[in-house]
Amino acid sequence: MKTQDQLSFSLNEDTSDIWTLSLEGSLDSQTTGSIWKHIFHKVKKLKIKKLTVDAQNLEYCDASGFAFLIRLEEQLKKDGGSFSVERLSEDHQNFYQTFKAKDPNQVPLEVVREEGFIELVGGMVYRFYRDITEQISFVGELLMAVFYCLSHPKKIRWKEMILFAEQVGVNAFPIAVLLGFLMGLIMAFQSAQPMKQFGADIFVANLVAISMVRELGPLMTAIILAGRSGSAFAAELGTMTVNEEINALKTMGLDPVRFLVVIRVFAAVFMMPFLTIFTTVAGLIGGAVVMLSLGYPLVTYANQITDAVDLSDFLGGLVKAIAFGVLVASVGCLRGIQTGTGAKAVGESTTSAVVSGLLLIVFADGLFSVVYYYLGI
Amino acid sequence: MAAIIEVNNVTLGYGESVILKEISFSVKKGEVFVILGGSGCGKSTLLKHMIGLYSPLNGDILLNEKNLARAFGKNRLEILQNIGVMYQSGALFGSMNLLQNICLPLEEFTDLPKEAREAIALMKLKLVGLDQYAQYMPSEISGGMQKRAAIARAMALDPEILFLDEPSAGLDPITAAELDQLIKKLARDLKITFVIVTHELASIFEIADRIIMLDKETKKIIAEGNPEDLKKNSDNPLVKKFFNRGRDDG
Repeated sequence: MKTQDQLSFSLNEDTSDIWTLSLEGSLDSQTTGSIWKHIFHKVKKLKIKKLTVDAQNLEYCDASGFAFLIRLEEQLKKDGGSFSVERLSEDHQNFYQTFKAKDPNQVPLEVVREEGFIELVGGMVYRFYRDITEQISFVGELLMAVFYCLSHPKKIRWKEMILFAEQVGVNAFPIAVLLGFLMGLIMAFQSAQPMKQFGADIFVANLVAISMVRELGPLMTAIILAGRSGSAFAAELGTMTVNEEINALKTMGLDPVRFLVVIRVFAAVFMMPFLTIFTTVAGLIGGAVVMLSLGYPLVTYANQITDAVDLSDFLGGLVKAIAFGVLVASVGCLRGIQTGTGAKAVGESTTSAVVSGLLLIVFADGLFSVVYYYLGI
Repeated sequence: MAAIIEVNNVTLGYGESVILKEISFSVKKGEVFVILGGSGCGKSTLLKHMIGLYSPLNGDILLNEKNLARAFGKNRLEILQNIGVMYQSGALFGSMNLLQNICLPLEEFTDLPKEAREAIALMKLKLVGLDQYAQYMPSEISGGMQKRAAIARAMALDPEILFLDEPSAGLDPITAAELDQLIKKLARDLKITFVIVTHELASIFEIADRIIMLDKETKKIIAEGNPEDLKKNSDNPLVKKFFNRGRDDG
């Protein structure tokens, strides 16, 4: 079949008001684009009412070409004109009639009305409200499942939980440590110069220590958790939803929250403090590298750190880490369970898990800052 | 025979969209009952309501005289343990091998020791001809084998009723015929009641004791009875067309 041939065409007025469009060569997906705009423009501009297409030299025509002819006919007839195709080869004639034939039972395409501003806002508010109610109900289900598991430890699938703990914690160790180290290094470097101007460069150690222990250690670890494990949980559970595995659990009488979510949340809760400690220590090591390069001995740096942070800072950071772990893991699982149908839905759940996870981390962090402020931590 | 499932004046759908309206039928104990109809007529929706995944908008679905949609806690669990479901995709748990898949309901709902659970699971696998594949993961076996394994899992707790959603879909004719034979064997030997959603004509004539046909337009049941009788005697043009593979002539 020829598809790459050239198309030449000419539009001439034969007698008054009667026009002929002569086609020569190939009218296919490669060539139809060029003629489409040109001819429709001419028909409108010259107010053509009667058009005959001379297809004697048309060697090849595919669905794109027939779509052009059919649309041209529709356009002319809509404006009260006439249209005909002449000298089309027998093979092409058959195709043309097949494409042209209208199904008597065909229902006209439903015109999708665009939503107005008020409907748009209403829809968003409704979806937000539905999401919030689903989250509240999920929190309730999760709490019930957690209490059930704590009171029936044999019902916890320990082997799977250890696998998830490995996935959440051990596998995330290198990236968490690397990010923590770079964070400490960058912070120390960025602050060293301005602090030196005031002769306060020794306090770079205090800055790194307080930031890492109280804030950045838990925060960076939670962000890593949201990106790695929150998304993975959503994708796993989303795929299970699409494959009807969640429905299978429900009809077996097994609670998906207890069976699938609790072990993931427990794994995240157990591993977050350890990961946070490693991230924080790596950050402090990063700061130490800069302090050593500034000429301060390691012992001085260590002394500054022990002066700057105490046990309450350390424990405050760990409490935050645990809370972030619960939020990220549960929202990841929730988004997975909420997955619709099809592969696209799994992608959407994964994205939503990461975005919701990050938002929750930031909100929770803000809340912790206020609470710690009033508690004097 | 007494009715084991009763669907009374049920209207069902999702949200505001009604899929089936005021339908009633019953399934007798030990029967192979087939729900059929064209694509999009609500066969799978009806099945999902019968197994309690959704609640009807109106009416009652009774399994062994108990309403699953209105049962909670232990009562619901009791009803669910008396039914088994094979989903269209098999829905085996991808992270578990076949043996673990079948052991799961036994592990959750019985106090049997591991050894006994595995023996029972192997027995169920043998029943569907998959005992040699017990250690295989679902992704390592064919679609037909996955469906058979899903039937074995659905039978783990020896339910009285098995619901199968399009068991022959996507299978070659030989595998589909083997699955039909398996269903017949289980119905005959274990006296299990089957409710099967399908539109495979060959399967329907092979396995069904009784069928109902759903219609998308009227949202009603348009035929009920033995498939052979309906093929010969039904006056409904849609039923005739279905049994004649889309041809209008009889």
